[in-house]
Amino acid sequence: MRDFTFKRDWIYGWLLLLPALVFLFAFTHIPAVTTFLNSFFSTPRGRRPAKFIGVDNYERMLGDPVFWKVLWNNLWYALGTIPVSVGLAIVMALWVNEKLTGRSFVRMAYFTPTVLPLIAVANIWMFFYTPGFGLVDQITGALFGWPASNYLGNPDTALNAIIVVTIWKEAGFFMIFYLAALQAIPVTLKEAAQIEGAGRWTIFWRITFPLLMPTTLFVCVNAVINSFRLVDHIFILTDGGPDNASALLLFYIYEVAFRFWETAYGATLTVALLVLLSLLAIGQFFFFDRKVHYK
Amino acid sequence: MKADAFPANSGKPIQLETVSRLWGETTAVDALSIDIPAGSFTALLGPSGCGKSTTLRMIAGLESVSSGRILIGGEDVTGRPSSKRDLSMVFQSYALFPHLSVAENIIFGLKVRRVARGDRDQRLKKVADLLGLSQLLDRKPGQLSGGQQQRVALGRAIIGEKPICLMDEPLSNLDAKLRHEMRVEIRALQQQLGFTMVYVTHDQVEAITMADQVVLLNKGRLEQAAPPRELYEKPANPFTARFIGTPPMNLFPANAFKKLSTAPDFQLGVRPEAIHPHDGGPLVADIRTVEYLGADILADCVVAGTSFQVRLPTAKPVAPGERIELGFEPDALHVFDADSGRRRDDLVAEFGTLLRS
Repeated sequence: MRDFTFKRDWIYGWLLLLPALVFLFAFTHIPAVTTFLNSFFSTPRGRRPAKFIGVDNYERMLGDPVFWKVLWNNLWYALGTIPVSVGLAIVMALWVNEKLTGRSFVRMAYFTPTVLPLIAVANIWMFFYTPGFGLVDQITGALFGWPASNYLGNPDTALNAIIVVTIWKEAGFFMIFYLAALQAIPVTLKEAAQIEGAGRWTIFWRITFPLLMPTTLFVCVNAVINSFRLVDHIFILTDGGPDNASALLLFYIYEVAFRFWETAYGATLTVALLVLLSLLAIGQFFFFDRKVHYK
Repeated sequence: MKADAFPANSGKPIQLETVSRLWGETTAVDALSIDIPAGSFTALLGPSGCGKSTTLRMIAGLESVSSGRILIGGEDVTGRPSSKRDLSMVFQSYALFPHLSVAENIIFGLKVRRVARGDRDQRLKKVADLLGLSQLLDRKPGQLSGGQQQRVALGRAIIGEKPICLMDEPLSNLDAKLRHEMRVEIRALQQQLGFTMVYVTHDQVEAITMADQVVLLNKGRLEQAAPPRELYEKPANPFTARFIGTPPMNLFPANAFKKLSTAPDFQLGVRPEAIHPHDGGPLVADIRTVEYLGADILADCVVAGTSFQVRLPTAKPVAPGERIELGFEPDALHVFDADSGRRRDDLVAEFGTLLRS
């Protein structure tokens, strides 16, 4: 009798887990494993089935100048977006945490870019960047008398133009986390520091910033992942061009796998991306570990 | 405690001149004038919401003053930020920096003021020895007990050797035994180091046992500022009389006494511990309930519709429903004006003789 109820509980338990389990395996675990396996095979074409080719795909990747180009782009993109958007997020959070009139309006305004779909945002920014009569050109033309410029069509500026869009999109999102963290810091800590003679600057660097460290770690991990994950706007703004100047790793993977249909090589690039992301996440935890104080 | 290592730095006096603090319509502190002598221990006492913490925060410079002036050491500091007022403060929640070690917490202010490392280490050692924190210097506040955290907060307050120390209900988060120990310790520390102490509390026992001067506040107004003994023995008004002492002083309308039926405009106060059984005494009361407290008995009585309490010796048991005759010494009588509430010492003798007759 006891065995019977035990078994029934067991079945119920698995039945309850099943829906989540199915989706998790169907869309995460099985694709990850097959991707890994596919990276050691050739791309099946028509009547030619896939055959095991060892590390040929990886050798091809290491010799692929476009791979190195997009990897370099991605590095630059990460370095350009993460510190600036995190810094901006802290500054904005500090500002909207103060008592100011229209505070909730300002908070909402900062958060709006996060709510808007990235595709829509990219279309708006395309108008901003339009050579000649776009918003950016109108402003620089009126203020400094600069000539019309094609920010998205110039290999030197295309990636930077995309970096600006990303910062605009992300800073408000990260601000919400910092705002929540700031409100969790007791006001008396600030007052105690004031009594001890500390100015605003000292209070920020010695008290507030260290206490925000757990949030900074969380935000940085997210920002790194996002810098490899967010490519929607590239499709709209530049389509990776000109000459791969604004292509990122994930964008390249998409091109290889679903435009050129070289699925095996796409799988290889995906494995490279996953390894890179895991290394970065682990590295960040070790780097921050000594500096983060959890309550 | 070894405090001889510290120079007895003299405190500074604090004056509040008709200081008010308004929040929109509500008045938190209403034209408060207090004189706090240099090197004294002054307790700001009152029920919750009476404005005592606001007053302390205004002295600290953490709250702005709506009107009036605050003087420290004779200088007007009303508009000065707290960092320029040369004082230290212990918060109710201790406000220790959770990410810094005990040592870093204590020397925070010295670091901010760029005191040289050698001097800093020397002072830290002295303070740690004084407060018994030497073994805990590397710990984080989260790893300390409530009492130890309290000591760290004290250490941070005294290491700067400031002339003034403010404390906002520093003992309210400690258990009863520890509270008693810390009470004695803080008082001793203040006397040894000689700074001016302003101490906010809602606990009259703390105020009376520790302070040189007790400032009793109610609804943002000053009720009485006096040494503890005077506050207990000569309360200036019925509020003070009821607030100081447990159980509170009994207040009777004058006509509760048959012999005083001609003088209805006065409130008469007698402390429960000053009343004793007395055959033929002026109070003839009915006992309602009796509480046995061990050392004595606390009896709730009624006379002419006014209920009051009496502390009776355990030797003579009394029961609810009994009628008892009570009396008191004439100098145990307090007389207050029924309208203004002011103390009328001039009438005590008169009423005393009337009651005896």
